[in-house]
Amino acid sequence: MTRINLTVDGATVADDVEPRMLLVQYLREKLGKTGTVIGCDTSNCGACTVHLDGTSVKSCNVLAVQADGSEVTTIEGLAQDGRLHPVQEAFRECHGLQCGFCTPGMIMQSVDLLKDNPDPSEEEIRLGLEGNLCRCTGYHNIVKSVQHAASQGAAGGSAVTQAAGGAQ
Amino acid sequence: MIPAQFDYLAPTTVEEAVAALVEHGDDAKILAGGQSLLPVLRMRLNAPEMVIDLNRIDSLRGITDDGDAIRIGAMTQHSVVEHDPLVEEHALLIHRAVEHLADLQIRHRGTFGGALAHADPAGDLGAPALALGAQFVIQGPNGSRTVEADDFFVDLFETAIGEDEILTAVRVPKHTGWGAHYEKFVRVAHQWPIVAIAATVKAEGGVITEARVGMTNMGSTPLRARAVEDALRGQPATDEAVRAAAAHATEGANPPSDLNGDAAYRSHLATVLTRRAVLAAAGA
Repeated sequence: MTRINLTVDGATVADDVEPRMLLVQYLREKLGKTGTVIGCDTSNCGACTVHLDGTSVKSCNVLAVQADGSEVTTIEGLAQDGRLHPVQEAFRECHGLQCGFCTPGMIMQSVDLLKDNPDPSEEEIRLGLEGNLCRCTGYHNIVKSVQHAASQGAAGGSAVTQAAGGAQ
Repeated sequence: MIPAQFDYLAPTTVEEAVAALVEHGDDAKILAGGQSLLPVLRMRLNAPEMVIDLNRIDSLRGITDDGDAIRIGAMTQHSVVEHDPLVEEHALLIHRAVEHLADLQIRHRGTFGGALAHADPAGDLGAPALALGAQFVIQGPNGSRTVEADDFFVDLFETAIGEDEILTAVRVPKHTGWGAHYEKFVRVAHQWPIVAIAATVKAEGGVITEARVGMTNMGSTPLRARAVEDALRGQPATDEAVRAAAAHATEGANPPSDLNGDAAYRSHLATVLTRRAVLAAAGA
């Protein structure tokens, strides 16, 4: 067993874990954060995407011990003060899901994408979500959701920039 | 889904990591970005007793100007390589290959040296590294040595890195001003290429003065298409001339046959993709 200390969705946690424990297992089984789901066995599907020190990773492809000293944000940590994150709102508004299984990963990856590129083109959205599989929607409404989130300034501050640009 | 049990070390220096490798020998496995290793461990295709994680060794990360080459630390993540201005200026071919490697999450975590040391013949970095004549800096208990690209890839998942050695950096000779393109053919998004071609070209006044071409998944290791390179030298960057040179792409190749296509299909693909890659690299 190895002792790890980390921050998950703003809370400090410490645990003894086996080195072989995957980060996604730790989040689900030790912390009860079942919002992060496991969708495949091959690291293809992206459903388990979380942010590790601010960037998106597939949490089935990281060991829990590797997150020692890090900050992890899951889908459960996105809403603030009872208000959904703008990307969560956009997925609801644009019906960016059917069964919803891929949605936690889709939203976490979309937030990451918009952080680096606040106003992505449709192609950039599709490339940015390449590592997330959806078996229901054909991606159409997911792409619309991300576009809608971008237009609402989901990346933080970009709404002001866009409003200024639009006034010209 | 769950790996077999293993012990875990996360050294903070290369010397400690090498010492751990020497101590544990065959039972140990190096963990770099883990984007290939962790799936392998989960599927229990490999079950090392000791995993030595290099992620806490800061000296293995970063990209620096090294005179006639750029030096890429082995643990530099793909997403860092992708956005590095030195790489884009002096090794455009690497930039082109990395920007479409796997997917964003994998690029955040996976590492340049880890992918090359893994030596998957379908991996996207071997062909560009080979084409650019990269030099592999390898450290073991007796110090550091440098292996040329032509001698680095030995066989399927096998490189010149010894059992008690670690790849610490890759020196990529500068190809400043060369055009470049990585053309890959995949069945579905973010999959390994069925075949891919890495081409970088120096062109003056519409004439190709030098070309370097690497091939992905056309044999048990990445391959250099030297016959194509020779045929391109001095030729105009036109569809006709490049098409004739690209016909040599399969010389010396030994493509595999699998569910994605047989050897004849891959050979055909190689000539088509070589033409496309060279023309794009030449800006034609």
